[in-house]
Amino acid sequence: MADATSNEARLPDVPAQAGPAAEKGRRRAMASSLIQTLGMLPVLIILAIGFHYLSGGRFFTEQNVSIVAQQASINIVLAAGMTFVILTGGIDLSVGSILAAAAMTGVIGSTFGPVLGFLGIPIALLTGLGFGLINGALIAFVGLPPFIVTLGALTAVRGMARLIGNDTTVFNADLPFAFIGNGEIPLGVFDLPWLAVIAFLVVLASWFVLRRTVLGTHIYAVGGNPAAARLSGIKVWAVLLFVYATSGLLAGLGGVMSAARLYAANGLQLGQAYELDAIAAVILGGTSFVGGIGSIWGTLVGALIIAALTNGLILVGVSDIWQFIIKGLVIIGAVTLDRYRLKGGART
Amino acid sequence: MSAQVYDETSDRTGGEKAPTLEMRGISKTFPGVKALNGVQVKAYAGEVLALMGENGAGKSTLMKILSGAYQADPGGEILIDGKPVQAGDPIAAKRNGIAIIYQELSLAPNLTVAENIHLGDELRKGAFVDRAGMIENSKGALERLGAPFGPSTVVGSLSIANQQLVEIARALHANAKILVMDEPTTALSSRETEKLFHLVKRLRAEGIAIIYISHRMAEIYELSDRVSVLRDGAYVGTLVGDEISADALVRMMVGRDVTSFYKHDHDKSAAIRGEPVLQVEGLTDGGRMVKPASFTLHAGEVLGLAGLVGSGRTELARLVYAADPMTGGRVVLKGQERHFKTPKDALDAGIAYLTEDRKAQGLFLDMTVQENINLGVIDRDAGRGGVLDLKRARERAKAAIKALAIRVAGPDVNVGSLSGGNQQKVLLSRLLETNPAVLILDEPTRGVDVGAKQEIYRIIDKLAQQGVAILVISSEMPEVMGIADRILVMREGHIEGEVGGTSGKAITQENIMALAAGVALEAA
Repeated sequence: MADATSNEARLPDVPAQAGPAAEKGRRRAMASSLIQTLGMLPVLIILAIGFHYLSGGRFFTEQNVSIVAQQASINIVLAAGMTFVILTGGIDLSVGSILAAAAMTGVIGSTFGPVLGFLGIPIALLTGLGFGLINGALIAFVGLPPFIVTLGALTAVRGMARLIGNDTTVFNADLPFAFIGNGEIPLGVFDLPWLAVIAFLVVLASWFVLRRTVLGTHIYAVGGNPAAARLSGIKVWAVLLFVYATSGLLAGLGGVMSAARLYAANGLQLGQAYELDAIAAVILGGTSFVGGIGSIWGTLVGALIIAALTNGLILVGVSDIWQFIIKGLVIIGAVTLDRYRLKGGART
Repeated sequence: MSAQVYDETSDRTGGEKAPTLEMRGISKTFPGVKALNGVQVKAYAGEVLALMGENGAGKSTLMKILSGAYQADPGGEILIDGKPVQAGDPIAAKRNGIAIIYQELSLAPNLTVAENIHLGDELRKGAFVDRAGMIENSKGALERLGAPFGPSTVVGSLSIANQQLVEIARALHANAKILVMDEPTTALSSRETEKLFHLVKRLRAEGIAIIYISHRMAEIYELSDRVSVLRDGAYVGTLVGDEISADALVRMMVGRDVTSFYKHDHDKSAAIRGEPVLQVEGLTDGGRMVKPASFTLHAGEVLGLAGLVGSGRTELARLVYAADPMTGGRVVLKGQERHFKTPKDALDAGIAYLTEDRKAQGLFLDMTVQENINLGVIDRDAGRGGVLDLKRARERAKAAIKALAIRVAGPDVNVGSLSGGNQQKVLLSRLLETNPAVLILDEPTRGVDVGAKQEIYRIIDKLAQQGVAILVISSEMPEVMGIADRILVMREGHIEGEVGGTSGKAITQENIMALAAGVALEAA
């Protein structure tokens, strides 16, 4: 546990430690940081192996893994945006509705023709970005609580999504960017679904922003201590605006992925309760609900756990009703486990 | 300082009667600090005992032990009416007739007066709350206090003075025999204060033992029958009746020598002072906490800002740094008038501010030492697109750890796991990385162990020699006297006066205390 290092640091008059004790302390600190980084990964592995045996070896097949990856990918993209938001201590309940609205505008845009139809992608992304900016502006400039703002947006944007298509399902059988939703990149041994590629690129980009840029450091700082962030010269408003805009933009991307998969969009049904899966993925990934602590890799693992659960329970033949009950209990159980694991850590 | 004269540990009763409250040999040790050391206090029915002492002398700790909020070290005794009572239990304390009215009132603002008076002791009719009964019940206590409001009033709508009355009514309702009032007049107008005095006198006449904590000499004269003084967690002595005088009390409160502990090398004469760097003229927040204040800070100077807690020192500093909005006045930096809107503006212009509350307002405890040290400069160091220069950040962190002798296993350790002194050095490093021309240090050694304190003094001294203009706020008088070239003293929101420098007044504890408490001393 990190206790070893912290205790040594706490001793006031001991010069920087040296020798075997220090080596031991460092190794322990490394082990502890490894446990922290791994987070829920063991849970994911145990679940996957468990399902593999319970389903008679049907989980780890090339086809099934590809299905899990596809099912997880939209949630990974939404959860990446949610990670930014929750790291600042906020919440975004509107991503499911934004996804639906963006899918609507995207499919409508795709009907401009085989080439112009590609405009559907930027149109959908801009739709998401626009709603995200509105959320962010209300939170950063007006100072409204994120829960209230995005709860309102959850309902209002859902209504707009229905309005955009006159409350009908819009189709485009010749969707120019349908390959995103259904295509695969052949790698010889394995065909990589485009959806999974996009999700992974989003995770990589998120990691880069969070860990390798000034902005990312500021996001952690604002979530960890907003008062100190302001006093140390961080533009807190800019950080808040950015995270909600990003969450909206990624929900727009989720809309593109969703539309591409279905060749269609429906303002009423699409993306219902997606925000809950995204939040669950972030929390499973060990990101603190009050902000300041967490990582995008944790979120990735969290989203994969949810996808593995959904898929595995179906493979095993558990009824729909019990799937809900088991999923909910696993989320609570996993987070409880996490609390115990972190108790021995550096945080006091 | 002739402490012996006042050092009387023997009995000094107001007559034959036994004390209502007696605390004997009370000690309290916090990790690394002995906050109280064998303190004694006696309070008598029908008397007002004033409790005095500098900031940090141990008054609040003592009262928290009395109320049961803290557990005293073993060995001490609390006697009520001569019988020893169980300490360290708030409910027992209440049952024993002890009521404390803190500076921050502990009322539920959303509930009515009657509900607050009965809080935790609600009347019932069967399974239901008996509202009518509680209202009826409260009327007596409110009338007794002459309260200008009824029991059904919502507490949040009352003025601070009237909320205080509710607290007192609650104490009376609980049949308090011993009433402790912790600086009750800080938020009151002079008329409200006068009313409160009448009330205190009446409660005294009714036979309640009152312990009155205050810094204000005038109140002590007016109210107290006896004054007990604490200093550095120890009991100094008690003055009774005619013995009470400002001179005697100030001497009792400060009676100690400034040791060479704080000594720094550079000459305190005004001659070596550099150019004026920061000029503040009539800066105010509209009189809420800071009345128009003016001062000049020179390069290479350490200017102390002394005064009692709540005198507006922190608030003044925060106005300069634009952490709070100002309503009037001018801030001139290096000869140029500046209008800072946010702390970022002030920081960019070369002013750095070390907060008094490093955990709540300064550090990011879940982030690493490296991240905390670099936070003020990462955007200056960053490459295109705001990409972090991690190599540079690591170099800065390592250099700062070495320069300020921060004891930490490495730059990647979370700041939250460090000791107070090392945390403070990390925060200080963050400010220093920005190369400030003006450094405002608010309680730079609060919660810091002795060794680290000395190192922080050394750092301050070195910075001053390098030409940084430094403003130091400190509640520890020996500290501010030891490190400052001259000292401004604040009282009730304005700068009351200056000692040292060209003011003609020597830097002595008596001179500072006199300004801080607002009393005129005989030439010291």
